[in-house]
Amino acid sequence: MDFVNGKELIKTCEEEGCPISVTMLTRERTETLETKEDILARLKVSLDIMKNSATTSIENPTKSIGGLIGGEAKKIMDSKIKLFGPLLTKAIAYSQSVLEVNATMGLIVAAPTAGSSGVVPGVLIALAEEYDLGDEELLSGLLNTSAIGYLLMRNASVAGAEGGCQAEVGSASAMAASAIVELLGGTPADCLNAAAFAISNILGMVCDPIAGLVESPCQNRNAIGVTNAFTAAQLALAGITHPVPFDEMVDAMLKVGRQLPRELRETALGGCACTPTGCDLSCKIFGQ
Amino acid sequence: MEFISLFDVIGPNMIGPSSSHTAGAAAMSLLARKLFAPQKPKKVTFTLYGSFANTYKGHGTDKALLGGILGFEPDDERIRDSFKIADEMGMNYTFIEDHDTEVPHSNTADIFMDNGNGYTFSVRGVSVGGGKIKLTKFNGIDVEFTGEYSAIIVRQIDKPGVAAHITKCLADANVNIAFMDLFRESKGQTAYTIVHVDEHVSQLTVDNISEFRYIEEVKLVQV
Repeated sequence: MDFVNGKELIKTCEEEGCPISVTMLTRERTETLETKEDILARLKVSLDIMKNSATTSIENPTKSIGGLIGGEAKKIMDSKIKLFGPLLTKAIAYSQSVLEVNATMGLIVAAPTAGSSGVVPGVLIALAEEYDLGDEELLSGLLNTSAIGYLLMRNASVAGAEGGCQAEVGSASAMAASAIVELLGGTPADCLNAAAFAISNILGMVCDPIAGLVESPCQNRNAIGVTNAFTAAQLALAGITHPVPFDEMVDAMLKVGRQLPRELRETALGGCACTPTGCDLSCKIFGQ
Repeated sequence: MEFISLFDVIGPNMIGPSSSHTAGAAAMSLLARKLFAPQKPKKVTFTLYGSFANTYKGHGTDKALLGGILGFEPDDERIRDSFKIADEMGMNYTFIEDHDTEVPHSNTADIFMDNGNGYTFSVRGVSVGGGKIKLTKFNGIDVEFTGEYSAIIVRQIDKPGVAAHITKCLADANVNIAFMDLFRESKGQTAYTIVHVDEHVSQLTVDNISEFRYIEEVKLVQV
């Protein structure tokens, strides 16, 4: 059993009467011939790494290799002014922690990439805490995100070098938005609707890492990825429908990625990286 | 189109910060170490090209490369301390930045391994993105090897009968060949045959393959 776009995914889900997570698990099982138990056990290892990396830097903030980030997750948790409620505050802090762990040579799960690795764990772990969801639900959430991520990988790209940051953080937030909707009772069509909102919100976002490192602005882009996921999920859960269907939005992302000049696709030759301060920092880090 | 698994989306599990510059670097040198086995590298020289040469310090590419040589997988947290661990083991390692040589792919490294007793082997590794890698040179000869499937690697003199001998040995052992490639620099000189196989290959089969006058060395990488 396989599906190659959102339309087929929804059709399969509706025919089988099951959510996206179950359809994705069936696909993995039938295509790889692995058992459900083995797949879920392996996914649990990924979930545990995610949980660990989401809190490590809140407890033990460490400066990154390049020195551009370190301590942000803890600062958010300790901030006297919290503009958001606990759900979003924690989700942002967790996403920042994952990026800090990543930038200090710690263990993370690329989801779908290392540069966007904070969004999915940040959103899902904070959601689980606030809505009292267990590991079984979290694994369903990850299965749901992977269906969206697979379609983005297959029909567009999740690489910053190909599609800019929209392909990385944009994809991660579309994946997370869809999972929120499933976990809070939305239909498969609602999930794809949320993913379409998420993609359309960050369409065109450039990949412009200072000094070419996965530090800044990658870390704060993961924070915006988290808020984008919740925004998109809220719109979908409220019954608002994006006029453009998911599959067309994926195609739009692919085309926008191709239209982005090389300077804005992970080469550190444009955007934040190319500001006078960005250039100075790069020279300082690499001792030139 | 190649199958995209859920673990290609939620994964790889890796030591950061970069799938191409860190996880890929560890993966390529781990594969280099597997090819060097059973010899143990005592002295290793890494030559970095392209983006690896420019940004390796900020991505921990050096620690990841050394970690792979030490046998660490790309998700092994010891990678962070690989310099210290290599020092304790008395391993000698050098990193050379080559900013001048043009390489076809930006994230490229040459790995030269020496067992300290005169046996050496070198590979060129390329990190192709998402933590995936391929080796494109063995001892300076152009090859293509990803290490994703079990394989027998034969170093030979480019003379008639070698391929027939290898396939006969595998047929006798009831091992199916998935695919097979021959790489050579020039006619009659050193060449490599890479045979990807479906079944487990025994040491006896490897020894049988080695028993041929034009075959110089046989390596086995089991997945």
